Amino acid sequence: MDFKLTSEEEAFRDEVRAFIKENLSEEARKDPNFMATWLKNVREKRWVGFNWPEEYGGGGGGIMEQVILKEEMSKAGAPPLGTSMMGLQWVGPAIIEYGTEEQKKQFLPDILDSKYQWCTGYSEPGSGSDLASLQCRAVRDGDEYVVNGQKIWTSGAAYSKWIILLTRTDFDTEDKHDGITCLLVEMDSPGVEVRPIKNMAGSSHFAEVFFEDVRVPVKNLLGDESKGWAVTVSALAHERSGISEVAGLVSQLAQVVGLAKRTQKNGRPASEDPGIRQRLAKADAVIEGMRLNGQRFLTKQLKGEKLSSETSINKLHRAFLAIEMGEIALEIQGSTSQYTESTDGAGDDLGRWTSGALGWPAVVIGGGTPNIQRNIIAERILGLPKD
Amino acid sequence: MNFGLTEEQEVLKSVARRFIDEQAPMAKVREIMESPEALDEGLWKGMAELGWQGLIVDEEHGGVGLGWVDLVVLLEESGRGLLPSPLISSSLAAAAVSEFGSEEQKERHLPALADGSAIGTLAVLEASDIPGPEGVELSGTAENGGFRLSGSKRFVHDAGAATVFIVPFRAGDDIKLGIVESSADGVTARSFPTMDQTKSMGDLTLDNALVGADALLPVEDGADALARLLDLATVAITAEMVGSMDKALEITNQYAKDRIQFDSPIGKYQGVKHPLAEMFVDVETSRSLLYYAAWCVQEKPEDLPLAAARAKAYASEAFTRIGIDGVQLHGAIGFTAEYDVQLYLKRSKWALPAFGDADYHYERVATLGGY
Repeated sequence: MDFKLTSEEEAFRDEVRAFIKENLSEEARKDPNFMATWLKNVREKRWVGFNWPEEYGGGGGGIMEQVILKEEMSKAGAPPLGTSMMGLQWVGPAIIEYGTEEQKKQFLPDILDSKYQWCTGYSEPGSGSDLASLQCRAVRDGDEYVVNGQKIWTSGAAYSKWIILLTRTDFDTEDKHDGITCLLVEMDSPGVEVRPIKNMAGSSHFAEVFFEDVRVPVKNLLGDESKGWAVTVSALAHERSGISEVAGLVSQLAQVVGLAKRTQKNGRPASEDPGIRQRLAKADAVIEGMRLNGQRFLTKQLKGEKLSSETSINKLHRAFLAIEMGEIALEIQGSTSQYTESTDGAGDDLGRWTSGALGWPAVVIGGGTPNIQRNIIAERILGLPKD
Repeated sequence: MNFGLTEEQEVLKSVARRFIDEQAPMAKVREIMESPEALDEGLWKGMAELGWQGLIVDEEHGGVGLGWVDLVVLLEESGRGLLPSPLISSSLAAAAVSEFGSEEQKERHLPALADGSAIGTLAVLEASDIPGPEGVELSGTAENGGFRLSGSKRFVHDAGAATVFIVPFRAGDDIKLGIVESSADGVTARSFPTMDQTKSMGDLTLDNALVGADALLPVEDGADALARLLDLATVAITAEMVGSMDKALEITNQYAKDRIQFDSPIGKYQGVKHPLAEMFVDVETSRSLLYYAAWCVQEKPEDLPLAAARAKAYASEAFTRIGIDGVQLHGAIGFTAEYDVQLYLKRSKWALPAFGDADYHYERVATLGGY
């Protein structure tokens, strides 16, 4: 058991810190071209797509270096290393693993250069937690597929240039995971229609996407026809400990503690209220638990073992915290929690916590609801029979 | 970065599990827990032959010279098996003498604690029921460089079996730590029946008992030293808790696979499998918090208070839930004396207040975090 970094790892951490100090100074942030300069500089460092193979423009970074880079960036509150978020997170890795040489040349440099956004067409109105039951149909017609169907909860659909789309090409398979085909589709293709959905916090980040006789060239097939389910599970050596997410949670908790200190509740600072203190401390312990769970997952990855269902542990903690942090903030604020960001004179603190407290479903439900995570743990780790 | 056990620790773990399976199966545990001291001499000697009582005592003083992560590996196993013995208590007394004792005190006490011929314990808690330096009210009267003590300590673990007590008391504004032997004049200790019969507790009564100058632990700041010992105690208790939780989950999970209702194993139903998944999350997260605290004991002592408080607070709530859900998921059979899961529920009740409950340690987390 050893929680220290090696001297090489410390040297890399120092390099990242020095870079942050220079590129994220107050002065640098004031520059109107700050974001463009930032993206150019991290790209030159080859820290964008840090875990991608070097031949495709990635940084070839090892697992431990990925953790260090992400953790330091998160601690510093750094902007993202690239703005093609889904491109970097899973579209790029899927193309690296399953794409043709032509697809790699066409898409990977654009993702690394933050040229445009990707969105993800997985969920359908009838296929949420049971994703493999999806019905969006693709029929081969010469050199093209013809797509008809509907996707929903598609984040960023309104401003994405491309969508990674799961369709069904075979409706007669024994296992519903077979017969699914992954296509890369341009969002401005004729027959694609995006209808934004307003969420309860008031914004329209996600949308419904309709496909009516949309023609997709066969060269945009990713992986083999009818074997698209595999494409959703990337095998790239991607750091999955979630440790960098913890750095963000630590700073979020610090903000809530700060709010408690400067907010009066029952005639004293809310930070002196025993009930509030207990809840804050419990959130602190869960965050630390996530960090240390992450270190255990990381150890497994460093030994070359694959991570699987155990990452559901931290997803459940993450879901608890996403709700609890907003709830604590509202309890601290008392009646003033009723303000929204558009309330006149609400002050700096007020309003933004309300938006935070209403924003949790994106974290809690996206990527698998808590009950799905519990099924995964119970069935795959504890060996209980499938429902 | 390596958050895993060494090969030696894996061996220690499997030897411990085998010894407990063979020498102290549940039938034996139930036999031992009928005795007021919850102690079996043959078993205690067997443990001593494996070096357990002296695991963290240095070799120079008759111990094995291992560290706190090793001790935690062992205590996870004793917790799994609900092994009735004063292993934690005696290890803590040995830690007190090892960390803070003079050379003479080490020579007098450590070899005997390490070979099991002496049994030690911390005697901290008083009427205040506050498990910290601020709860110590017992006051010493100075005499020839030593002190006379009159008063009592409550809920002392293994009080009836212990031969050596580490006793904190006040001398003016200072806290002192005295080594009190059970054979001395004015020292009475007795165990009383408690809910968890696998753990013995009792009172230590001091009636003008003498702590000579040579029996005072030579520490600069007694409150700091006591706080450190309480952090060690917290880690040790949490280690057994994690082992117990793990076993309670294992027993209940097996029952969910075996028990058929509505033509299926009950573990098929989400109303059963989801609480089991939550138990798993709680066990693994408690274990992560525990091992970091154990590592801090020797490698990063400045982080120990916060790490230990987080671990005990989280594990206390987790074990409470697991104890209740373990019994509940068994249905009526879980309520019987015959089924072992009830013993784990009782252990969770013993562990909750031991060296500070969840509220106490969450408050410490808040204070140490500067809230």
